[in-house]
Amino acid sequence: MQKPLRLFRPLGFIIGLIGLLMLPALLTDMARAQDRGCNAGTLCIDLNPSNFKPMPIAIVDFSGEAAQGAQVAGIIANNLQRSGVFEPLDRSRFPENNIAFDAAPNFAAWKNTSAQAILNGRVIREGGRLVVEYRLWEVATGKPILGQRHGVDVQSWRRLGHLSADAVFERLTGETGFFDTRIVFVDETGPKDKRRKRLAIIDQDGANFLALSSGDELLVTPRFSPRGDQVAFMAFGDGRPRVQVMTLGSGQRQVIGQEGVMSFAPRFAPGGGALAMSVESGGASSIVAVDLSSRSARPLTSGGAIDTSPSYSPDGSQIVFESDRGGGQQIYIMGADGSGARRISFGEGRYSTPVWSPKGDLIAFTKQRGGSFAIGVMKPDGSGERILTEGFHNEGPSWAPNGRYIVFFREAGAGAKLHMVDVNARVDVPIPTPSFASDPTWSPLRSTR
Amino acid sequence: MFAEFKRYARISIMVAMTGLVAACASNQTDPNAALGAAAPGSVAEFQSASVGDRVFFDTDSSEINAQGQAILDRQAQWLNRYPRYSFTLEGHADERGTREYNFALGARRAEAVKNYLIARGVGANRMRQISYGKERPVAVCDNISCWSQNRRVQTILSGAGS
Repeated sequence: MQKPLRLFRPLGFIIGLIGLLMLPALLTDMARAQDRGCNAGTLCIDLNPSNFKPMPIAIVDFSGEAAQGAQVAGIIANNLQRSGVFEPLDRSRFPENNIAFDAAPNFAAWKNTSAQAILNGRVIREGGRLVVEYRLWEVATGKPILGQRHGVDVQSWRRLGHLSADAVFERLTGETGFFDTRIVFVDETGPKDKRRKRLAIIDQDGANFLALSSGDELLVTPRFSPRGDQVAFMAFGDGRPRVQVMTLGSGQRQVIGQEGVMSFAPRFAPGGGALAMSVESGGASSIVAVDLSSRSARPLTSGGAIDTSPSYSPDGSQIVFESDRGGGQQIYIMGADGSGARRISFGEGRYSTPVWSPKGDLIAFTKQRGGSFAIGVMKPDGSGERILTEGFHNEGPSWAPNGRYIVFFREAGAGAKLHMVDVNARVDVPIPTPSFASDPTWSPLRSTR
Repeated sequence: MFAEFKRYARISIMVAMTGLVAACASNQTDPNAALGAAAPGSVAEFQSASVGDRVFFDTDSSEINAQGQAILDRQAQWLNRYPRYSFTLEGHADERGTREYNFALGARRAEAVKNYLIARGVGANRMRQISYGKERPVAVCDNISCWSQNRRVQTILSGAGS
């Protein structure tokens, strides 16, 4: 799906040669970029300093397939803007509005703008597919710093914008992108005491809404599988509500929880072959791990407490969960076999819905104190707690696959809506949905890279 | 099951709304007091102030308080007198909690009511429990007195002769 740009011709050939000669140095740089997010000597943004400012960037309309060219450029600009890392220039400030695909920008003119980088490209048809090709230029040096192409089925054309934005994000931050992703959530319509809830899916930027269930049954708390092909959730059907797994695309469902027992709060293990969830018995809720092929359930916690919201560490060796075994809701970590549970949250208030970051470095949670609900993060040892947003009701964080952004739902007045924050609390932007929305779960990146 | 649920929901919403009006008008906390006399042994009687089909809980608690005990004592008496009914104990939580915890909390409340009724001689085989967490509020007016009406266990009658 994604290839280095072939059509770079003479320039590309020279750069390719230089690139080859510099390969060892380049690899070192890349390793460093992955470590620190940024490195000296090439255009990049370090996301971590406290005086961080978004990078001004110009996304020029793409040529070629005219309608899609402008729209793809718009999708890229919107993604980059929403990330809070970039500040796309308003096109009224562009010194030139069209840059031919195989031409270089007029850097002398661009140096009079704030843009530090320029992206130009084109969208072309190749049989039944649409292909985007683009180059990213550094204004200060006049050099191309990225050239790539991506192809998708025509009906998936918006992904061209997401794939391109991911490549730009990765090149300039050293972090993995997160735009070519989707969010499954609970779509809510009707009055509050007669809510109609159904599962739905959107692109990360709110486009391509699709309902996944009819709304005649109550389905809540969807969670993506690690490969992004399935969703586990809690379903009210015949008898007590139980955990089910739906395969996206086919819509095929399987019931996971045992009949007659309430099961809830599912979360896949990293390999996707198992999930952890809560089962209720006699007023107590305990965590079990269910092997999805044998369906055998192994108890991981026991006792009279409410143990719920389990979430695996990315390496699968540990589980973070919430429990009221010590009185109120607090966050605990145990081995994936249930061993050695220890409390990690000690601040004022109640802590719930812990979710382990896909990078492993942070745990996101909901925190209740003084009548407000906050979304925060802490390190797995419980240190370094930071509140990212706090208000009347914020709940249910879910990580973007790069571990730098969190989607959650915020209730204010009549109903809930989805919002996105970053781990530095620099952006807090709504994710557009057709009506009220809750319980978001962020997919992994769609393409394999 | 779902049609059944809808029927329950309709009844409980009706009752709740009546209760709500009473609560808002006179600031009383017992919405069961709103309904007048009804035929002995009828669902309406069970839901009326003379028995009471729901008990309320403190925030984040599943303890049955004195008021709840009085209602459950009447429920037990009534249920023992009319053994033709089976029933479902619906556990609910208010919206000021997280969703997953609230499912567990609703279940814990239903379990507390179940144990109380069993201790008063009601047969365990007549009852089943389900938790709706915060999914089925009866009151939606965004303040503390409202939320307290949602922290409840409702006894929903089914079976013969209603």
